[in-house]
Amino acid sequence: MSRLLKWVRAHLVVLAGILALAYLVLPNLVVLAFSFNKPVGKFNYEWSQFSTDAWTNPCGVADMCGSLALSLQIALLATLGATVLGTMVAFALARYRFRGRAATTALIFLPMAMPEVVMAASLGTLFLNMRIQFGFLTILIAHIMFCLSFVVTAVKARVMSMDPRLEQAAQDLYATPTQTFLRITLPLVAPGIAAGALLSFALSFDDFIITQFNSGPTTVTFPMFVWGASQRGIPVQVNVIGTGMFIAAVVFTVAGQWLANRRKARA
Amino acid sequence: MTTTTEAAPPQVVPLEAARKKRRKLTAYWLLLPGIAWLVVFFAIPMVYQGSTSLQTGSLEQGFKLTWHFATYWDALVEYKWHFVRSFSYAAIATVLCLAIGYPLAYTIAFKANQRWRNVILILVIAPFFTSFLIRTLAWKTILSDGGPVVGALNHLHLLALSDAVGLTSGHRVLATPLAVVCGLTYNFLPFMILPLYTSLERIDPRLHEAANDLYARPFTIFRKVTFPISLPGVVAGTLLTFIPASGDYINAQLLGSPSEQMVGNGIQKQFLNVLAYPTAAALSFILMALILGMVTVYMRKAGTEELV
Amino acid sequence: MTEQQPEAATAGGDVRLTGIGKTYGDFTAVQPLDLTVPQGSFFALLGASGCGKTTTLRMIAGLEEPTSGTVLIGGQDVTDLPPYKRPVNTVFQSYALFPHLDIFENVAFGLRRRGKKDVKKQVESMLELVELGQYARRKPHQLSGGQQQRVAVARALINHPQVLLLDEPLGALDLKLRRQMQLELKRIQTEVGITFVHVTHDQEEAMTMADTIAVMNAGRVEQLGAPADLYENPGSTFVANFLGQSNLIAAEVTGSADGDLLLSASGVRLAMPKARCATDATKVYLGVRPEKITLAHASATGDIAEGRNRLQGTVVDSSFIGVSTQYVVRSEGGQEIAVFEQNMDRDIRIAPGAPVVLHWNPAHSFGLDAAQAIDAGTGEAAA
Repeated sequence: MSRLLKWVRAHLVVLAGILALAYLVLPNLVVLAFSFNKPVGKFNYEWSQFSTDAWTNPCGVADMCGSLALSLQIALLATLGATVLGTMVAFALARYRFRGRAATTALIFLPMAMPEVVMAASLGTLFLNMRIQFGFLTILIAHIMFCLSFVVTAVKARVMSMDPRLEQAAQDLYATPTQTFLRITLPLVAPGIAAGALLSFALSFDDFIITQFNSGPTTVTFPMFVWGASQRGIPVQVNVIGTGMFIAAVVFTVAGQWLANRRKARA
Repeated sequence: MTTTTEAAPPQVVPLEAARKKRRKLTAYWLLLPGIAWLVVFFAIPMVYQGSTSLQTGSLEQGFKLTWHFATYWDALVEYKWHFVRSFSYAAIATVLCLAIGYPLAYTIAFKANQRWRNVILILVIAPFFTSFLIRTLAWKTILSDGGPVVGALNHLHLLALSDAVGLTSGHRVLATPLAVVCGLTYNFLPFMILPLYTSLERIDPRLHEAANDLYARPFTIFRKVTFPISLPGVVAGTLLTFIPASGDYINAQLLGSPSEQMVGNGIQKQFLNVLAYPTAAALSFILMALILGMVTVYMRKAGTEELV
Repeated sequence: MTEQQPEAATAGGDVRLTGIGKTYGDFTAVQPLDLTVPQGSFFALLGASGCGKTTTLRMIAGLEEPTSGTVLIGGQDVTDLPPYKRPVNTVFQSYALFPHLDIFENVAFGLRRRGKKDVKKQVESMLELVELGQYARRKPHQLSGGQQQRVAVARALINHPQVLLLDEPLGALDLKLRRQMQLELKRIQTEVGITFVHVTHDQEEAMTMADTIAVMNAGRVEQLGAPADLYENPGSTFVANFLGQSNLIAAEVTGSADGDLLLSASGVRLAMPKARCATDATKVYLGVRPEKITLAHASATGDIAEGRNRLQGTVVDSSFIGVSTQYVVRSEGGQEIAVFEQNMDRDIRIAPGAPVVLHWNPAHSFGLDAAQAIDAGTGEAAA
């Protein structure tokens, strides 16, 4: 007994860590399990019987796959916009001294320190008063707005940690400023840009609050579809999509890791 | 600048100044689009919202700025308990996130080898990619009245206890404060774990050995060495958890009952259903002011202001 | 960028700096200075950190814009040319190898930017020269410090610059490897015949490698000359202390005879050649290097030849370091004087506490103006 107690004490942190991990992963397992459910009523909350219907016909629900496509479109465009604008701002902040630096830094920080609902309501109010039609464009504008700060933070950290002598070495070796940027700076900052872009994509794709305040009646993104379904009745296919995205994300990350490892091992 | 006699050094100064000026211009060009975007779609709406909150009128007749401060008073009276719930739920969830997240971040940073570290990190991040609405709905299943969680809690007579404190009611978890706090904790846990991990990962394990060598017991090492060094992560993590949690309305809506509603629910209702934009604006203005105030005080106390 | 291609070192690769200076706001990094580095020489800029030596180097490379003055390379004014148009290449401190490119591409970088053909053959033969042929496809982080250093040299040399600039190129290496690379670099320099300008804070490294050393201090060149000249005849207390070690004894000039200055150091009479005194002042420091002094036990005073400078004292400390023994002797005046004795005929009576006489040839003394700080250049010497 005392040995068991000793073991538990020595591994207390790890045990707590495993419990925390279980807490994080449990809902995903439930989503997976219930994607094989054949619910009795409209809601998929209680287990009744095993079925693969939803998996064989994932787009069998009206409007769901359309909303998924819309979410993907918006997420891709928002990622593109936020990454380009954010990278430019990050370079300016990391490389130059200029007037209004403190104000700029504050402006970048504030959207990250603001509850989404506040940004959502204020931007929605502006669109409303400007009589701008809510729809695809308003959602895209809002998404680029709140993703921008995250890109700036990710890219800026990377630019700041870069040894300035690398660019000087390139210039010393006859590379013009443009060549230096394309051949040295950009490849070295790329991981930061990729991280910012990935984060933007995830944030935009999964965003509900800001989207709800700034979308029109015909632009229903996937999270909005799920929200609507949670009031009317949830098709099992929602769980299929949820599980599919989880698996895609895991495969994507694992493949990336594997590729990186292989490149390291081969070199 | 092409011919030079050795005696007279050419004037380099104006050229240097010109280059400096050009560099400055480059900075402004780089900043312009991104900053303009944030000014137009973030800063101006914030100001605009302040003005909207002081307007009166209706959607049909249009709104006019009448400096109607009473909107604030009415909103506060109507939603005071929403504010109380928002901040107390968010605070409890933040503390829980820290309590749950710290051991996991610590495990990833110090106890796991390279392979396991990557696996766990993927498991922490990957749920991000499953729509969080779907995951929140899964809690409805997990906490359902006939489910194993409620069964176990009932068996241990814990629900009777939490009923007594007011965390739950009627021997069920769903549609109670406990469910909402549980959902909030779950949803924002990764935002706590990742900054914690980043700050813990930087700690050289040799520091532990050095502390050990200097007669520190394991808990003393944690209290005097590890925790203080990870403090920036703790500050960042608590902010990233508390701020979004206090403005959230999804968990209250999906896992709670009308008596668990938070400020977010109020803003959402006033904006999207009642179409009372001044009230919605006033509510979100108060929420913003309170949060900014709390964050400022907190960061002063915690002593780290370099989060960007 | 096709105009003004920097070409191989055909023209003279001498570097001429006239009135070149650099200030950052109120801080003066480099006082306006004139300096000529003759073609084909190995020139060292020596000084403690923050003395302006790296800034001077970077102004030659074009990485820093001078506040005043001009830079001429091989007779061409390059003051306003950006670094990528200058016929110089740099070996950076901690090398600055491109981490995302392999060794081959690192070395090929300069050639490719200038649109050269036959890159493969040139790079391969350059990698052979630095004995890294089999590492061509490795990434920089997979090489050891010494190998990285050789890549950095190869990457610069392959462009046949008129001048090669080296910014503390050996600072990151351990002592043994540093010695080895010093000889290696010296060999390469002799082979290719390119002008080398080498920045270092290590006086031993500068003396081993360079033909000419410029000792810099607080943004100024203190003294310029061949290593042996600087060592034997330092012109300031800074140089005397920074380059090797010196005993500086405060003295007053009392007269002169036969080309010698006669001095009195707290009553003790000393002499030194007039030609070796860098000042006309009457209050001077008489300098003498520790290895020039001979130690004799007080009872053997009679054996010392006539005409040598003598000081009496007591041994305070002695440390045996193999080839020599280093003594600290407190003179009658209370000053501590360092003495290095070769371990040939050790007098075992010379131990801490023993009364001794220090004596040396007056011609090995040098004189400095006593208006200077006596300990200038000691603090960070050979850090």
